[in-house]
Amino acid sequence: MRTEQLSPRLAALAEAVERTLAGRVERLSPWLNAGQLAYEVEAEHLLDVCRTLRDDEALRFEMLIDLAGVDYLVYGRDEWQTESATGTGFSRGVFRDRYVFPAEQDDHDTTRYRPKHRFAVVYQLLSITHNWRVRLRTFCKDDAHPILDSVTGIWSSADWYEREAFDLFGILFRGHPDLRRILTDYGFIGHPFRKDFPVSGHVEMRYDPEKGRVVYEPVSIEPRTVVPKVIRDDHRYEPELKDSSDA
Amino acid sequence: MPEIESFTVNFGPQHPAAHGVLRLVLEMEGEVIHKADPHVGLLHRATEKLAETKPYNQSIGYMDRLDYVSMMCNEHGYVLAIEKLLGIKPPIRAQYIRVMFDEITRILNHLMWLGAHAMDIGAMTVFLYCFREREDLMDVYEAVSGTRMHATYYRPGGVYRDLPDKMPQYEPSPYRSAKELEELNEARSGSVLDFIEHFADRFPARIDEYETLLTDNRIWKQRTVNIGVVSPERAMQLGFSGPMLRGSGVVWDLRKHQPYEVYDQLDFDIPVGKNGDCYDRYLVRVEELRQSTRIIKQCVEWLKKNPGPVMIDDRKIAPPRRIEMKDDMESLIHHFKLFTEGYSVPEGEVYAAVEAPKGEFGVYLISDGANKPYRVKVRAPGFPHLAAMNEMVKGHMLADVVAVIGTQDIVFGEIDR
Repeated sequence: MRTEQLSPRLAALAEAVERTLAGRVERLSPWLNAGQLAYEVEAEHLLDVCRTLRDDEALRFEMLIDLAGVDYLVYGRDEWQTESATGTGFSRGVFRDRYVFPAEQDDHDTTRYRPKHRFAVVYQLLSITHNWRVRLRTFCKDDAHPILDSVTGIWSSADWYEREAFDLFGILFRGHPDLRRILTDYGFIGHPFRKDFPVSGHVEMRYDPEKGRVVYEPVSIEPRTVVPKVIRDDHRYEPELKDSSDA
Repeated sequence: MPEIESFTVNFGPQHPAAHGVLRLVLEMEGEVIHKADPHVGLLHRATEKLAETKPYNQSIGYMDRLDYVSMMCNEHGYVLAIEKLLGIKPPIRAQYIRVMFDEITRILNHLMWLGAHAMDIGAMTVFLYCFREREDLMDVYEAVSGTRMHATYYRPGGVYRDLPDKMPQYEPSPYRSAKELEELNEARSGSVLDFIEHFADRFPARIDEYETLLTDNRIWKQRTVNIGVVSPERAMQLGFSGPMLRGSGVVWDLRKHQPYEVYDQLDFDIPVGKNGDCYDRYLVRVEELRQSTRIIKQCVEWLKKNPGPVMIDDRKIAPPRRIEMKDDMESLIHHFKLFTEGYSVPEGEVYAAVEAPKGEFGVYLISDGANKPYRVKVRAPGFPHLAAMNEMVKGHMLADVVAVIGTQDIVFGEIDR
């Protein structure tokens, strides 16, 4: 089963982090992080916190292992409507266009994680000196124009990672030396990893023999859900019921 | 006297030394490189987005296609992340099988790297030698999973099936004499484990063969010594991992420092370089071949003595056995639900990393409690390595770019994802 407690080593690290960065970081539940140490940082403290994490003797996170953009647009919502399923064939009950940010949604379940804003950036840090890891998450305050401070000045490896997050999610990084697209095609429009960007994309490409060049056209295929997303509440994984299952 | 002007050279995306589809825009002055700007993404398939649209198990096959020369290690990272979120652990025999195949994969990857790297720099023979041994290991892949490369063998909760008792043999053919056939099948008369053991016994001599061709070779040393030097501090700043980091003298290996599966019960050493140049990274990887062989031998020995289950006994995650489904309604329902809807992973997020042949392969997984991942972020080891290309080739000659691409062990399946 998943653990609710941090291991003694991580608890020592957590203590050191919270002593040095009191008030600037907020620890996330170990249950929701499978026993790994994770913090949420306000955007205005980001650079400050990162620099301390790297330079403090007791912490020494000298490596930025990974940086991931996340779009929380449809977090915690399934696409399967069992009550009004109609029997009109395979796609019955599947609905995709529920792009309302969860904060506006009425939700009876209060145990779930509630993201504060739509876009977040997650940093995975590693300390080789002390052999431990920590995860930081920072939300972008403005959903329409997500922007964060760049950490390229602290870890050089952030350069390409931030370009990737910009390319795929449209998150801007203030102070990045060269914020170009990296993975998508030259001249690509849109940010493909946003949840409101269809998997099939918006344009397709073919060679036009009459014009003698490659042309872009709107896609001819429709997005199709083969297996709908279903959220099952499995009591075996409820933290408060965990002990009873052992009996 | 003519004045040397700076100019720009376009290298790739179609170039035999570009290891796939790398486009490099090089700003040169004469033959000296001032700035290298890699353009990547020509192989971008949005694997992470595709994984968001499918039940968990259906994306295991995508992981094979990331770093397509170290397939099972990628699966391992992904499967490990799911297991951590589910809070399950595979049976001990499955853990040994995984470790053994991780090391087989490491040999596969390093052989591909060695052959391609040597050929880029001008040594043709090594490539052919390496592929000879790769063929045997791919046969092992095929014996357990049915495919030579994209195995989809690891599953959350264990591995797809136990190791077969019989190693497939070569069939008689009009193009082969009976004597040749006998020679080919000599090592294949027993089980798959016997075949792997036989391989591990003869492989160290083969590594000596590669080393005779390269290690003291004057041309090889001229092309690699003091090329692309990275200091340990810079290597950490740039996010290097695996042999790239160890080549710079940093003692760091996830198998030793953050052990997963049964690595803490096995005996092996971590080779570390001194100067952080291409030659040291070569030596590190060649020594890793020997260490991997050591690990494989220990795993074979254990696996021969300890039979047991290779998949977790939990019908909510692992499908029931075929025979059970024939007369048990509940098994039938489990089977149906698993293969249509899949299993739901409890809400949460996790980062799981394995020591892949190229470095730290990590998967950051967010689940919102559904049967599909909410977000999968793959941490490909090659991505930060290639990002350091500019720093590594600055001031070197054009021909050294090829040596640096080779030493970084670039594969575009994982960089572009």
